[in-house]
Amino acid sequence: MDAAARAHRRLTGGGWGTPARYAGLVVASGLTLAPFLWVGTNAFKFFKDIVQWSWTFEPTLVNFRRVLFEQDISFLRLGVNSLVIALASMAISLVCGALGAYSLSRFRWSRAVTAFVLGWMLFVHMVPPITFTGPFFLLARFFDVYNTYLPVIAAHTIITLPVVMWIMKGFFDELPKELEEAAMVDGCNRTGSFLRIALPLAGPGLGAAAILAFLFSWNEFLFALTLTSTAEATTIPVGVAKFSQEFAILYGEMSAASILASIPALIFVAVAQKQLLKGLTLGAVKG
Amino acid sequence: MEKRGVGIGLPGLGGALDRTFRYWALLPVFVVLLLLTAYPLVQLVGMSLSDYTFGGGSIVAHYSGLRNLELMGEDTVFRAAVRNTLVFVVGVVLVEFVLGFVVALLASGLPRGGGLFKTVLVIPLLVPPIAIGTMWRLMYQSEFGVINALLRELRLPTPNWLGDPAIALGSVMIVDVWHWTAFMFLILLAGLESLPAEPFEAARVDGASAWQAFRALTLPLMRPIILVALMLRTVFAFKVFDEVFLLTTGGPGTSTEVVSMYIYKVIFRTMELGYGSFLSVVAALLTSVFVLGYLWTLRRERIAA
Repeated sequence: MDAAARAHRRLTGGGWGTPARYAGLVVASGLTLAPFLWVGTNAFKFFKDIVQWSWTFEPTLVNFRRVLFEQDISFLRLGVNSLVIALASMAISLVCGALGAYSLSRFRWSRAVTAFVLGWMLFVHMVPPITFTGPFFLLARFFDVYNTYLPVIAAHTIITLPVVMWIMKGFFDELPKELEEAAMVDGCNRTGSFLRIALPLAGPGLGAAAILAFLFSWNEFLFALTLTSTAEATTIPVGVAKFSQEFAILYGEMSAASILASIPALIFVAVAQKQLLKGLTLGAVKG
Repeated sequence: MEKRGVGIGLPGLGGALDRTFRYWALLPVFVVLLLLTAYPLVQLVGMSLSDYTFGGGSIVAHYSGLRNLELMGEDTVFRAAVRNTLVFVVGVVLVEFVLGFVVALLASGLPRGGGLFKTVLVIPLLVPPIAIGTMWRLMYQSEFGVINALLRELRLPTPNWLGDPAIALGSVMIVDVWHWTAFMFLILLAGLESLPAEPFEAARVDGASAWQAFRALTLPLMRPIILVALMLRTVFAFKVFDEVFLLTTGGPGTSTEVVSMYIYKVIFRTMELGYGSFLSVVAALLTSVFVLGYLWTLRRERIAA
């Protein structure tokens, strides 16, 4: 916490008293976590324990076993699909986004070019995805790739690319130019200076961009729903939705399914909370 | 390019490639944007002027001019969807703003533990929206859902959260507030923590109360950030689809029908691609008005874009 925040606190928050502020935050956190706790415990209960509202119960993995292996749509298979699609769109948007952001950040481009790339990206980021699903659906049929990974990866790339671009442009803008100029005086060319100086220094940014790109693709629902039809290519969120809508009574299984779908998010929150928080606000405010 | 290959330069990469680095570095982004966004949008506009449908498995399309505009004028379900979307957007953005701002004020400049609360509060933003929809559907369930169970304990009425047309939209909005308040919180907290210290010190010397300082300093200084937060959330709330799909699919009746949900039904359930495309173009135009307003605000408020 810096001096500004402290000074600000003295005036805006001083009257509330610190214990009251902690109490408020605990309530907010409790309301945030409660649904996870309730659904999370249901996932480990037998059906009878869920409907009987017993506080003590014998934990079971039967819900997870059913969801993972015994359904028509095996979540194991969907997990593989989601993983392949998320990694592929992440990789494409990282390569394109890092290169593009570097070029925009380091070179003087005409206003028309920056306006097209950044302004258009903002538009794509903000327009409802439903707008693109019709044309993507027709294109996928036209090229005969409906219900394969390809159209979903392409569609997810337009979701993840803007995020990667903004985070990386933010990081490249903040890197001092002098480091690269020194390297180039020493005989490093532009490509080398990008790969060996700028990219490693922007490493934390690249990490944040990679995680967010992965999560955005993993969480995406509408494109996966409209561009795939069977377990061959469809993703976890589509599986969860079909499952929840078709079997509205299977509480344990539904709970297990939503917990399984949330695993990457929970892992990343635990491992890389700082990067995530920075990336989320940067992408939003710098938009 | 005689420097090539010397020192730490990359061997094997030609001087020509290096001299044009700025171009080929931007090229992939350009290609992706043109192929995957500009081209589909052009196609969308073309489709919106036709009566694209599926006839016996194959696509039948005729140019139909502005026939789809007439259809939209007569479409009462679309009108309901627009109305619901407006209620939804205005409602959730205001509630999320107030709650997010209060929590941000609580968390700004805490002596310790601020990071932990931030991490906990941000989890809903990262979990798949469809999983959130599933979780809330289980919680809203009339007989075994946790919400009605608690209400029953308290001897309060137990509404049919998702099945009663009078309250279904409100139930969906509660889920959105739970899901997205953290977004407001994060942006507003970042704003609060970047406020300059001096005016506050001066106000303290002058004996201003906390409330006076908040009114006279915090709010005006936060104005640009507040505008950005409100506008971003408004645009994002307009896209709402996943939770509605899972919680109510637009029902009961048209009580929770929103724009994205309705366009989805028109395109993929009734297979009216032409009309659905027309509605998509309308939605995109509405968004771009907002995006332009957003950019204009950023410029006016002099926030680095």
